[in-house]
Amino acid sequence: MNTLELTINGKVYAFTQGETILDVARRNDIFIPTLCYLKNASPTGACRMCVVEVKGARSLVASCTAPAGAGMDVQTESKSVVKSRKMNLELLLSSGSHDCLLCPSTGDCRLQDLAFRYNATGKRFERTKPKYQPDFSNPFLIRDFSKCILCGRCVQACKEVQVNNAIDYGYRGSDAKIIAKCDLPLGDSDCVFCGECLQVCPVGALSLKKARQKPRVCETEVVRTTCAYCGVGCQMNLHVKDNVVQMVNGVDAIPNHGSLCVKGRFGMQFINSDERLKTPLIRKNGELVAAEWGEALSLIAEKLGEYKEKNGADSIGVLASARCTNEENYLFQKFARAVIGTNNVDHCARY
Amino acid sequence: MTHVTPERLQEMQAEYAARISEPNIRHLFICGGTGCHATGSLKVKDALHEEIAKHGLEDRVRVVETGCNGFCALGPLMVVHPDNVFYQKMTREDVAEIVSEHLVNNAPIERLMYKDPQSKKRVPLFSDIPFFALQKPWTLRNKGIINPESIEDYIGREGYMGLSKALLQMQPAEIIDEMKKAGIRGRGGAGFPTGMKWSFAAQNDSDIKYVLCNADEGDPGAFMDRSILEADPHAVLEGMTIAARAINATEGYIYCRSEYPLAIKRVQIAIDQAREMGLLGENILGTDFSFDIFIYQGAGAFVCGEETALMRSIEGKRGMPIPRPPFPAAQGLWKKPTILNNVETLANVAQIMVNGGEWYSSVGTENSKGTKVFALSGDVNNIGLVEVPMGTSLRSIVYDIGGGIPKKRKLKAVQLGGPSGGCIPEDHMDVVVDYEEIAKVGAIMGSGGVIVMDDKTCMVDMARFFLEFIQEESCGKCTPCREGTRRQLEILERICEGHGKPEDITLIEELSEMITSSALCGLGQTASNPVLSVLRHFREEFEAHIFEKKCPAKRCPALVDFKVINERCKKCGKCASVCPVGAVEWKKKEVAKINTDICVQCMSCYSACPFDAID
Ligand SMILES: Cc1cc2nc3c(=O)[nH]c(=O)nc-3n(C[C@H](O)[C@H](O)[C@H](O)COP(=O)(O)O)c2cc1C
Ligand code: SF4
Ligand code: SF4
Ligand code: SF4
Ligand code: SF4
Ligand code: SF4
Ligand code: FES
Repeated sequence: MNTLELTINGKVYAFTQGETILDVARRNDIFIPTLCYLKNASPTGACRMCVVEVKGARSLVASCTAPAGAGMDVQTESKSVVKSRKMNLELLLSSGSHDCLLCPSTGDCRLQDLAFRYNATGKRFERTKPKYQPDFSNPFLIRDFSKCILCGRCVQACKEVQVNNAIDYGYRGSDAKIIAKCDLPLGDSDCVFCGECLQVCPVGALSLKKARQKPRVCETEVVRTTCAYCGVGCQMNLHVKDNVVQMVNGVDAIPNHGSLCVKGRFGMQFINSDERLKTPLIRKNGELVAAEWGEALSLIAEKLGEYKEKNGADSIGVLASARCTNEENYLFQKFARAVIGTNNVDHCARY
Repeated sequence: MTHVTPERLQEMQAEYAARISEPNIRHLFICGGTGCHATGSLKVKDALHEEIAKHGLEDRVRVVETGCNGFCALGPLMVVHPDNVFYQKMTREDVAEIVSEHLVNNAPIERLMYKDPQSKKRVPLFSDIPFFALQKPWTLRNKGIINPESIEDYIGREGYMGLSKALLQMQPAEIIDEMKKAGIRGRGGAGFPTGMKWSFAAQNDSDIKYVLCNADEGDPGAFMDRSILEADPHAVLEGMTIAARAINATEGYIYCRSEYPLAIKRVQIAIDQAREMGLLGENILGTDFSFDIFIYQGAGAFVCGEETALMRSIEGKRGMPIPRPPFPAAQGLWKKPTILNNVETLANVAQIMVNGGEWYSSVGTENSKGTKVFALSGDVNNIGLVEVPMGTSLRSIVYDIGGGIPKKRKLKAVQLGGPSGGCIPEDHMDVVVDYEEIAKVGAIMGSGGVIVMDDKTCMVDMARFFLEFIQEESCGKCTPCREGTRRQLEILERICEGHGKPEDITLIEELSEMITSSALCGLGQTASNPVLSVLRHFREEFEAHIFEKKCPAKRCPALVDFKVINERCKKCGKCASVCPVGAVEWKKKEVAKINTDICVQCMSCYSACPFDAID
């Protein structure tokens, strides 16, 4: 089979049929900026930041959607490419209120990074007044339309990654806005608050509730862990500061490939809760008293043995938790059947 | 349902020929296009029936409501056949006279005949009216002649003969070859060779394929497609069915804006009739080929004329363009191989099958074959629908067919291609209708909108108008178009308001370059054409707005100071009588004077002065 090759910035690279120019560039660590491109979703070609120059082409080419072609001669940072990107950034920065000093996303913002790289100030055009009021209607996230660059990543994430179809483009031209159906507040919509949109938003248009009372993401330390909520075992990064989980992001790995659900993403406050159980409790004289694991386990073994002796194994039932892993649940039913000797096994997710 | 046979089609043709040339029978072809409906043609038609009945002429006169005749500005209008007499601007009140004088006494009524704007003489014969005489009605061959709601009329004029030939005597590949030989290029704007488009879709294997007809027609000032659908809907159905046969498609949709209720009604009637006769649906003309057509009504967004947006809209999604590739020929509607053609393109197909590709390509220029339909509007005497051979000069369209500019004003420029096109100034009027030639002077052929502008048109304001349209119609998806055209519009607005800055021209040019080279779809990629063409041909007008704070055409109120040219003023005082704020000082037998402190630049005096004495 012939190997397919194209040239990027004067160097020749091999590619396989079906790869885009961006795929080839990324694979070879060649920088092409993107704003709307979202892995695992179909490319929309909305932001036009990824344009490159292809010799012989009528105009600039969006590398995220253009298939790599044999013999193509691509320039990723030619004069016209840089000019186009810079103008694009000027347009985005002047639409809405990109006052980075007051933005929760400072330090973790793709637009800010690109403005820095391409020396765009947002001052070529007068700043437009925000057209839409922010949406605070739900307990999880804030939608600040004055910072939205309409890249559509949230829409792709909601539609194609989570398949919730809660949001889409609404209105037209420069009135365009990302809306839930009938432009209802997110809290009154079909949104299930998986937070996928929040995670993929490249700017500060979607941020955590109370973002201003929290440290910014760039100030936090990242701790990789497995979600403790359910047996799926989603991989996540906890953004921690002052021993408090400030924010949670999904990790692009098996099994969740970056996604999380409402619990994993927004439900980590229990870690620092005063009511959190840290030891087993044993009821003594009507009062729950903290105990050691050894004491608690001995007591359970003793009582289970007693009941089995007196009433038979089938007088005991075993109820497992959805928060355990599959392996833990397997062991638990094994314990019920092999150790206790009963088939009375069930799981909280079933009732 | 009985399937019509090719033999029966031939018979119907003969029947029609006999019917139309029956001795002692007159046919009154009264225009029933949207334009004439608006000016009252239905009332005239009812009155005609009444009067004809009164005189007992029912057996000798047949009233036929046709589709748009083309000369919309003169409606309601009518052609009397076989007398070859054309009546314009008829009212109910004229009807009695028409019947008693013309139909009974054979004395045509002169005052209702066409008056030549130059010679001021009445033109007795329909075929002598230059507006019609200089046209070549191929696409519009049935306009003003057949009743669009009668399939018999259509068949009578060779209708469905192209389909019959394509199905019974040709292989799909031969159909495509014939289209290639004809050299016809898409009439929707881009001018892509139709035969080639079909061959791509034919190559892609799939058990389901689609043929779509683009009847979105969002270009302001354009009404070619609407008129075709209203006047000759079967021609489009036949064209689509032949296309379907060529690529082996199973289903077709006509995407028509819901603002075209009459077109939709007539197309639906045509579809029902064609199904009834076995010319659509299962086993067309008794062959094993089946194909059906449905109408999809769009909400009237300009961007939905763009092919990928149109397909998303039919799928029930938001009408928003998506990147290509994949191209529709490979993955179009519902990801199946699809061809999309414009109404006018499709209306030509049947005749190409009947007469052959060589017949079609015998007319036109090297690379632009056949004829083109234009909607002539703006500052021109004969507003209406015209069809000319490719290669006709714009001058001929504007002056010979269009009858020149009203009120003896001068032609300034012609806008071709609407918001995606450009203006062509007076000194380039000899450019001919040809895709490449028109592109050379900075415009595009477009879908056929021709807006004629006289010397009172401000070109900066014109560019501003089109950008305003673009801003409203942009889908908002990609940054260059959404944000970039808004900034361009902002700049033009401020120039027109007298706040233009020296760097504005460079900024517009820089934005244009970025938008044109990086926007996602054709709407954005061509959105800067109008302003760029104005900068190319009328740069000094831009500069006058910015540097001298003057609008040479006196259209931008903030940039005009009206004064009376003393030598020209005939002291009539018209200006003083129309000024709403009393800014004109005038006494009998004295030259008028305008007090600029009071004047609000409403232009009333300027438009009212019969002697062009206000500047
Ligand atoms: C913004 C935009 C609007 C368009 N509107 C129309 C339209 O109203 N009618 C049309 O036939 N083509 C329109 N087109 C062109 C179509 O996308 C397409 O090229 C055409 O319908 C193909 O048919 P043709 O090859 O017969 O011209 C439009 C294109 C763009 C980019
Ligand atoms: S979204 Fe980004 S660019 Fe905009 S204000 Fe926030 S940090 Fe700055
Ligand atoms: S939180 Fe989830 S469901 Fe809600 S809009 Fe965002 S992605 Fe869609
Ligand atoms: S909210 Fe964020 S992800 Fe969604 S379109 Fe706006 S900037 Fe893009
Ligand atoms: S609770 Fe949600 S985030 Fe956590 S593992 Fe289960 S699905 Fe994943
Ligand atoms: S160019 Fe304009 S209409 Fe086309 S996709 Fe971009 S925003 Fe939408
Ligand atoms: S990343 Fe390619 S267009 Fe946005």
